[in-house]
Amino acid sequence: MGPLLILLIIVVVVLAWAVMRYNGLVTLRNQVANGWKQIDVQLKRRHDLIPNLVNTVKGSMEFEQETLQKVIAARNAAVSATGVADAAAKEGALSGALGRLFALAESYPTLKSNENVKQLQEELASTENKIGFARQFYNDIATKFNIAQQVFPGNIIAGMFSFKPAELFEIKDAGDREVPQVDLSLKK
Amino acid sequence: MSGTPANIFEQEAANRRNTVVVMGVFVLFVAFLGFGFDVFFLGYVPGGRGLFGFPVATLAALALGGFSAYNGLQNGARAVLSSSGAVPAPAGDPRYAQLHNVVEEMAIAAGIPPPAVYVIPDPDPNAFATGKDPGHACIAVTEGLLESLNREELQAVVAHEMGHVRNYDIRLMTVIAALIGAVMLLSQFGSRSMRFGSGGRRGSDRSGGGGGGVVLLVFWLIALVLAPFISKLLAMAVSRQREYLADASGAELTRNPAALASALQKIDAAVEPTRSIKQGTAHLCIANPLGSNLDQKEGFFADLFSTHPPIAKRIMLLKAMAYQHA
Repeated sequence: MGPLLILLIIVVVVLAWAVMRYNGLVTLRNQVANGWKQIDVQLKRRHDLIPNLVNTVKGSMEFEQETLQKVIAARNAAVSATGVADAAAKEGALSGALGRLFALAESYPTLKSNENVKQLQEELASTENKIGFARQFYNDIATKFNIAQQVFPGNIIAGMFSFKPAELFEIKDAGDREVPQVDLSLKK
Repeated sequence: MSGTPANIFEQEAANRRNTVVVMGVFVLFVAFLGFGFDVFFLGYVPGGRGLFGFPVATLAALALGGFSAYNGLQNGARAVLSSSGAVPAPAGDPRYAQLHNVVEEMAIAAGIPPPAVYVIPDPDPNAFATGKDPGHACIAVTEGLLESLNREELQAVVAHEMGHVRNYDIRLMTVIAALIGAVMLLSQFGSRSMRFGSGGRRGSDRSGGGGGGVVLLVFWLIALVLAPFISKLLAMAVSRQREYLADASGAELTRNPAALASALQKIDAAVEPTRSIKQGTAHLCIANPLGSNLDQKEGFFADLFSTHPPIAKRIMLLKAMAYQHA
């Protein structure tokens, strides 16, 4: 029993703490990666559903070719997106194009009463939600990961093993934040 | 516990602490029932003397509790589902497409695998979750719930249930239901032994500390007789805490506490009791299926005797989360 023993105990405690911190960071990093995969799965599902939807409504909405074209173009752009920021921007644009299509579809009674369209709308609405919730989960876990890296004294461990902060999935393009224009003048 | 916590995360933390306390009390209670039997019937003295030299009945009581809990975990979910007449919602059926979608959405938000979806043919709106862990969970909703709620409200109710799943409430409540069963068994066994029990083996000189021993005996007898009642009170206390927690978790998942508030209002307005759901399942539901008046009241006694917190109070807390005035 002497100062050496006390020193040894301190070293062991510090080491144990460092190991725990490191393992915690690795766990979080994997959860972040998994969270991103979940978004990806939902995005893929949306990309698969859109051609289906466009084909179903094409016949009834021939006067809206431009809108349909925009949806297809936005979808194709989104499919080829790379990285978190790029995907976020392009998926945001796709959401906007889809929103306009749904808004227009409201004025076609044949579409509104079509069971196929209704089911597709529910599927797409749900996929939109799933993307949103997957993003929410991803951002929460990524924020937790980033905080764990930045707070003292965890930042020492994060720096030692060069952990990188995770990118948040956010809408960067100012255009996507714009409120859609709604024309309420009852002209007919 | 009675104050108005500022946000979702503080509420979750407070609820977790309270639950740990109640569970600890439960274990101590079971151990106390067994220990009393040891001291007064088997002549056990903590020093090591007595019939067997170690507290047999205490260990047996804890073992019985442990076994009941294990058995409940393995078979509890199936029993609850079949007793309430829940049937699996077919995945291909367009009537349940939205329900399946909403469950998947909330599973994604909670970051857990999607639970199995069940439907209960009952016109009263209600819902519950059960299972042993998030990997083996089931969510059941009544037909009445699907009919009376819109998509947002259905999502909020499913989020509340998903909160129960994610917070391991489903496991906790299954275990507690099993523990109540074990305590009832112990109480019956204890009372019966007392009737046949010869006081002879209980040597007053050996049980130590004369006056203190008598006080302890009286205390133990009262605990024994009241055991089923006390354990139910404990279970209700846990259940109420978990309801607040699930409301908070649900709001965290949807980021839309107002939708759950309006869903609760609709469920509350349907005054019919949910007939399909038996009393033993009451503590699992989003709102008390028995339509008990106690759940509408506030105050000490109402707090003590109901499985669910007053809906008005839950709505008030949810509106506070949504930064609305109640």
